[in-house]
Amino acid sequence: MTPPVLTLSGITKTFPGVRALHNVSLELFAGQVTALIGENGAGKSTLVKVMTGIYQPDAGEITIAGKPVTLPTAHAAFEAGVTAIHQETVLFDELTVAENIYLGHAPRNRFGMIDWRKMRAEAKETLDSMAAGIDADIKLKELGIAKKHLVAVARALSIDAQIVIMDEPTAALSQKEIEELYVLIELLKQDGKAILFISHKFDEIYRIADRFTVFRDGEMVGTGLIKDTTQNQIVQMMVGRSVDHIFPARNAVIGDTVFEAKGLSHPTEFDDISFAVRKGEILGFYGLVGAGRSEVMQAVFGMTQPSSGTMSLDGQTIAPKSAADAVEAGIVYVPEERGKQGVITGQPIFQNVSLPSLKKTSSNGFLRAAQEFDLARTYTERLDLRASSLSQNVSTLSGGNQQKVVIAKWLATHPKVIILDEPTKGIDIGSKAAVHGFMGELVEQGLSVIMVTSELPEVLGMADRIVVMREGRIIATLDNKGLKPETLVRLAAGIAEEEAA
Amino acid sequence: MTDTPAPRHLPNRLDNPLRSTILSWESLLIIVAVVIFIINSFASPYFLNAYSLSDLTFNFTEKALIALAMALLIIAGEIDLSVAAIIALASTLMGFALQFGADTPMLVAIGVGTGIVCGAFNGFLVTGLKLPSIVVTIGTMSLFRGISFIILGDQSYKGYPASFAWFGQGYVYWVISFELVLFLVMAVLYYVLLHRTNFGRRVYAIGNNDIAAQFSGVRVARTKFILFCLTGVMSGIAAVLLTARLGSTRPSIAEGFELEAITMVVLGGVSILGGAGSILGVVLAALIVGLVTFGLGLLNVPGIVMTIFTGSLLIVVIALPILFRQWRNRRPA
Repeated sequence: MTPPVLTLSGITKTFPGVRALHNVSLELFAGQVTALIGENGAGKSTLVKVMTGIYQPDAGEITIAGKPVTLPTAHAAFEAGVTAIHQETVLFDELTVAENIYLGHAPRNRFGMIDWRKMRAEAKETLDSMAAGIDADIKLKELGIAKKHLVAVARALSIDAQIVIMDEPTAALSQKEIEELYVLIELLKQDGKAILFISHKFDEIYRIADRFTVFRDGEMVGTGLIKDTTQNQIVQMMVGRSVDHIFPARNAVIGDTVFEAKGLSHPTEFDDISFAVRKGEILGFYGLVGAGRSEVMQAVFGMTQPSSGTMSLDGQTIAPKSAADAVEAGIVYVPEERGKQGVITGQPIFQNVSLPSLKKTSSNGFLRAAQEFDLARTYTERLDLRASSLSQNVSTLSGGNQQKVVIAKWLATHPKVIILDEPTKGIDIGSKAAVHGFMGELVEQGLSVIMVTSELPEVLGMADRIVVMREGRIIATLDNKGLKPETLVRLAAGIAEEEAA
Repeated sequence: MTDTPAPRHLPNRLDNPLRSTILSWESLLIIVAVVIFIINSFASPYFLNAYSLSDLTFNFTEKALIALAMALLIIAGEIDLSVAAIIALASTLMGFALQFGADTPMLVAIGVGTGIVCGAFNGFLVTGLKLPSIVVTIGTMSLFRGISFIILGDQSYKGYPASFAWFGQGYVYWVISFELVLFLVMAVLYYVLLHRTNFGRRVYAIGNNDIAAQFSGVRVARTKFILFCLTGVMSGIAAVLLTARLGSTRPSIAEGFELEAITMVVLGGVSILGGAGSILGVVLAALIVGLVTFGLGLLNVPGIVMTIFTGSLLIVVIALPILFRQWRNRRPA
């Protein structure tokens, strides 16, 4: 057997109060895809940062092509042939596609200046070889997220990186775009690249990976060949226990209409949106990325103003002018962009949780620390938050635990309607099950839940009724009884596209 | 770590409060203040004397009053460069009213009122029209002082009544000046406002991430507007004190105050990027700036050298907190 291209051994990395990685090892082989699997907070992102020179390990050794190396900077990792394609691509919107591909290693002419003609020609050649269908001269901001991923892959090809890390590359892609990515990964494999593929989706892992390595709580708990291992075995390694059912049984009593929107329109984002959610109901919003679902929800939450249409809550007409208005009325929103909109990462857990409830925890506008801690403890413990203390900075928590902080913050306000925008995006199976179980509890207690999701199993497993959106309009509102996944996909993608295909 | 997902009890905090107090920026400032105090005592025989020390306080209280409000504004991620120009405009309008026989309460009302209006104008441009505060207040800096120049030209207003002069020259008890007492009272009020109220907590939240704060139901624009008004009020109060102390108004009054106020804020450990800082730090920094400039004055250091010194101090205090945090982060936890 050929020796591995990259070997990590005994890697340990500790942050204040958190042991992110403990004595982990990993091997990557040329022409093979190794899947890195683990719950949120298992240490996957930390490992990627160690491999790309952003973090320095406290202990351990990195060997590339048989030689021990140190990666003190991102540039050193780049020189050593390691490149990463992230969940949210780190490319530059204002530069052209060709500039993005060759940033930092542009071809030079004999005066030491950038050889623009050569750069464009080579960028075009690379993109054509991938059948990407992208013009090398347009600015990156004109591309969708899927095409941006393709540019990132082209960049990896152009710098001749031997080791390509893909950190949840499919998180924001549609099914069709994911298929195109698989083709590219095959291309990279044939080219002899060693690929580290990080994903939470088992169908992807079994489709594309040759090997796997499982992390749990910062330790390596298993490694092997995909073809010799069942999904159940991997799941057990991940969580240390078997996960029987993912979706909880729904036994909430559905009551009267709580929130209703009629004819909501926005000049550019959505048009004529009408829907209602009842007490104890989970209303799913399904559609492709960019169908306008988040924009509708942000209008309901008062962050944007609809140009026409009305909203009512408990029979009373409401017109929230700000998020503060919506929260006071009893509508809360768990945003998709957790890091930017959900949590305040510079502040401790208890301050994040108490922020919208300060009126309740204070007296006459003066803070009362004891009440604040009590409130934060009540709701974070209910959600089984994993943290060392309530004063721990939110930035040191994993994605799944940050999501729990956001949900705890809203539950403390005793809302009537809770909107969850992609609540389980990029979080692991264990946390996913916790969030789903919790949604079941919420509706049992009489809340109304609106869940925006792009994941079919989630919407089919959780929602009582499903609204399907496409291009800013509601295409259908369906009772979730005996629905076939194909029906939703067809509605969301549009019949015209199916005919063309 | 166990495999059973039993609900666990989360403690309030784990770090040792004593340790973090000793390692804090404020502790360092106390040491620096004491060292400068000792150096001053040895450098000049006139320094260690109740009347000298009383004079010292006049050196920084007006700027420090502005620094208190400026600290909140910078913590919230905004800045106001027009504070000295607000003083000039407020002082000019007071002098203008004096020509028509305004009495002391009227003068104070005009001074403070001008501050509120100017602050509200800044706040409206930043939060209503969503313009960046650094650009807005560079603009209003020229605008406010420009109006003073139009009204005054190369003239000056004089002849403020004695009851008005007391605000800038009077003593509450023995050598304790009204300015110092006012500053200490304001420092306590701002301490409570920033560290003990819901409002203060929202200011930190906005400074750390104003988008997430807005998504958490914080009325970000309203809060920032209030902060600009507060900075305006404090500039108006500083205008009353300074005009009363000098006994005259020229359009060039209080030139450079904005930089000294910002120096105090940043030296006090407030992050220039927003989201962190304390009132105690700002008060200590004001004292240090006062001690340094007063000490140099006693040593007959020429004004031009003092300018070089304060300029260097501004650069050093912006660099020092960053180096200090890097040093602290490098220590094993």
